[in-house]
Amino acid sequence: MTDLAQANGTHTNGASVPVPVTTRKDWSSDQEVRWCPGCGDYTILAAMQMLLPDLGVRRENTVFLSGIGCAARFPYYMNTYGMHSIHGRAPAIATGLAATRPDLDVWVITGDGDSLSIGGNHLIHALRRNVNITILLFNNQIYGLTKGQYSPTSEMAKVTKSTPFGSLEQPFNPLSLALGAEASFVARTHDMDRKHMTEMFRRAHAHKGSSFVEIYQNCNVFNDGAFEQITGKDHRSEMLIPLVHGEPIRFGAEGKHGVVRGPDGAVEVVSVADVGESALLVHDEHRENPGLAFQLSRLSRGPYEPTPIGVFRDVDRPEYGLEMTRQVDAVIEGKGEGDISALLRSGSSWTVG
Amino acid sequence: MSDTTMNEHVSEVLDRVILRFAGDSGDGIQLVGDQFTTVSALFGNDLATFPDFPAEIRAPAGTLAGVSAFQVQISDHDILTPGDAPNVLIAMNPAALKANVANLPPGATVIVNVDAFEERNLTKAGYDVNPLTDGSLSAYTVYEIPMTSITTEVSKDAGVKPRDAERSKNFFALGLICWLYTRPIDATAEWIKSKYEGKFLVMEANLRALKAGYHFGETAELFESSYEVRPATLEPGEYVNITGNTATAWGLIAAAKQSGLPLFLGTYPITPASDILHELSKHKEFGVRTFQAEDEIAGIGAALGAAFGGALGVTTTSGPGVDLKAEMMGLGVSLELPLLIINIQRGGPSTGLPTKTEQADLLHAMYGRHGESPLPIVAAKTPSHCFEATIEAVRLAVKYRTPVILLSDGYLANGTEPWRLPDVADLPVIDPDFASGPNHTDEDGNEVFWPYLRDETTLARPWAPPGLAGLEHRIGGLEKDDGSGNVSYDGDNHERMTRLRAAKIAGIANDIPPTDVDDEDGHADVLVVGWGSTYGAIAAGVRRVRAKGHKVAHAHLVHLNPFPADLGDVLRRYRRVLVPEVNMGQLSRLLRAEYLVDVVSFTQVKGIPFRAASMESAILELIRAEDGGDGRSDAVTSSVGGTPVDGTVPADGKVSH
Repeated sequence: MTDLAQANGTHTNGASVPVPVTTRKDWSSDQEVRWCPGCGDYTILAAMQMLLPDLGVRRENTVFLSGIGCAARFPYYMNTYGMHSIHGRAPAIATGLAATRPDLDVWVITGDGDSLSIGGNHLIHALRRNVNITILLFNNQIYGLTKGQYSPTSEMAKVTKSTPFGSLEQPFNPLSLALGAEASFVARTHDMDRKHMTEMFRRAHAHKGSSFVEIYQNCNVFNDGAFEQITGKDHRSEMLIPLVHGEPIRFGAEGKHGVVRGPDGAVEVVSVADVGESALLVHDEHRENPGLAFQLSRLSRGPYEPTPIGVFRDVDRPEYGLEMTRQVDAVIEGKGEGDISALLRSGSSWTVG
Repeated sequence: MSDTTMNEHVSEVLDRVILRFAGDSGDGIQLVGDQFTTVSALFGNDLATFPDFPAEIRAPAGTLAGVSAFQVQISDHDILTPGDAPNVLIAMNPAALKANVANLPPGATVIVNVDAFEERNLTKAGYDVNPLTDGSLSAYTVYEIPMTSITTEVSKDAGVKPRDAERSKNFFALGLICWLYTRPIDATAEWIKSKYEGKFLVMEANLRALKAGYHFGETAELFESSYEVRPATLEPGEYVNITGNTATAWGLIAAAKQSGLPLFLGTYPITPASDILHELSKHKEFGVRTFQAEDEIAGIGAALGAAFGGALGVTTTSGPGVDLKAEMMGLGVSLELPLLIINIQRGGPSTGLPTKTEQADLLHAMYGRHGESPLPIVAAKTPSHCFEATIEAVRLAVKYRTPVILLSDGYLANGTEPWRLPDVADLPVIDPDFASGPNHTDEDGNEVFWPYLRDETTLARPWAPPGLAGLEHRIGGLEKDDGSGNVSYDGDNHERMTRLRAAKIAGIANDIPPTDVDDEDGHADVLVVGWGSTYGAIAAGVRRVRAKGHKVAHAHLVHLNPFPADLGDVLRRYRRVLVPEVNMGQLSRLLRAEYLVDVVSFTQVKGIPFRAASMESAILELIRAEDGGDGRSDAVTSSVGGTPVDGTVPADGKVSH
């Protein structure tokens, strides 16, 4: 095994050394958190800092990478290795890191502008390759750091500083995009439910390969209440549809609503009383074909209709970095370790004198 | 040796010859050019090659746009360039003749595939009259050989379809040329057998064509004699014939080995850089990881991510790809991580001339990022020098924790020359010197790690890849506090950091060799300063000038940022300084700005290398101006409104100042 971490002498903590017991404090850096008061990012940061002591991972083997935007400041607040890079490129940088350091936990923190606009290309290709990274997309449907322009997830007709007469653009559905990009793990959560969010992070972390989690995140300054209709305490039960593997998909008081698959293959919300429990769609995260997950990702047209949250898809696919290492190992096993002197003579050489 | 042994036939001895194979881009010209080169290299000749092909994979057959050519100079002494003008042109069709005939000196030999000179091809090439019959080639010795028909004929009974057999005519030409220049074809026959293993009919057709060409030369009594270019007396040692791109790839592998760092190449296919990816991807036995990214940005981004993780991160590119990588280079400057950006320059702007050479990215390498973001620049000067230059670039990147730009170009990338193999034991050792523990005591007496606490000598910061407990730290593109590396918007700190980053790069001048000046007795008045792939043409031009009894000095810069510490003194030692470049005068601008020396710029941007002859006349012109006594070159050339006006230089370049 060509363990790069060993090769470069940086990996000193073998499995034999027990993971130290840590608390949230150990995972918090000494930097002052500078998001606007009331920002949804605070909840996400807290959820992460409280989850990590629980995961049995090491701070020194944990890396947070980000691009540009409000969410991208996240790594500064984590007492781990971290990089705040450039706009949209974190998945590309993370690919190089994860492909060469399979021993690391690599988290990519991004926003809707960062990964769906300027960095759209890197996002889809990282998902397609199934690089071992966990991507958390803070979706607030607005550009916050540049003070309030519409984003690629803003709804049509949205009035912002840059669209005083309303946006003319069809928004991206981040989950549909991820599923279309062959993502092997796709989930959605929101910043008003730390428990659910923590569970989604835990699941995403456990998944081998690229994990993609969309977090509905409130920007209380430039897009306040964007998700209020579905994530508000009083609305959740009627508007959020929890996806639970192996369970019929149902929601609302006493589970009175449910999801069925119509004759045309599309999914729709129905009254359980009308169709009967047995007609409900049973959620299967591990379905090889992403078609049904795609349908579920489009059940709601926006955060004003009943919207599924939870794990949409979780399938096993070869992980890019491991495959790359495997290929290198196989060649070394077949040919033996490379020898520079032999390499220089691998063509036709001749001797003078 | 079998049936190809030279018989009693008399051969005439030449000290060198320049051959140019030319045909359609689907004719396999590069293949036979390469093969002739290999045979000549093994034979012991010194040589230099210049593949010259269009950007289209298969431009319309028979047209001028589709002509692909391969020029090689072979000699019995050490040579520096593939030669200015061919002594022998092998033209597989009218277009190949038309595209190359203007560059043939009177007396040259022209060997044509006469079968291709029929009306349709003549029209496609734009000939109204057959040049073989209208007397327009009277200055040359023309051999009309029915290559297509003989090639087809010899494969007839092998079951090869005529249309397939016809495709082997390039090997007929190769066989003929091998006879004409007294090289055995056995090695080529073996090569054909292994290359086309499993494709029996193709192999058979090629073999038969090769032999037919060889025997044709021997038996047709068309040629008065064959020629011999004897082995050159090169420095003793083991040699291989190598392209710049292969030397670069091998340099990367060697640098990885010498540093103990795993090599990671993040790249996107682009001409003429892709061969480095191809070569590296073959050598996983060295632990090499190659990543073909979704775009140029991801290529360099992944390389930077790998560098953050403690690998040797490298990206390769050319032309427009360099523009796309600029932002990530800036991040690398801010992160102060080792990173190598290899730019195989090609003609620009925009898509420009993808398969043609140019040196026009020097100023981009210097200044092509926003903000004050200096980084070191290293330039290779010959195909084999790419190996050494690559290792040097890696050394600087690792030692100074900085992105480094290595400049090569299309001419170096694809051109070949014999390379005397270095002793692997003599290669420099590169110490990654990873951070191993805390490096600072904070106010409370705690031992902490400061990612931007610099080494006092090199000003380099510590490199601490993830994995070591206690060294956790965050870096990024925001300005950092000097030492702690925390985000800082303080103006004084920004000024300090800006000057520190600049001083770190400038300080490299103390860590590189002084300017290497080739000045026989130190009495030359004129110094020629070049960089990159002009080395061969300048050195050849200097030899010619010296052969005429004049004195001239030559300095060739490998480090372009920073320059060697003594460069200003060197420039001021000479009365005139000539700076030839395949661009509009980029190094000359830098030299003028840095040293206030009134250098004379000599430029050409034709997508091809300089010729030794034009170098010679440019140097002579400057020497004559000096001898004229007024000490200024204004007498020879002039500038009007900043536009160079070509004075008396009968070259393909412009002298201006």
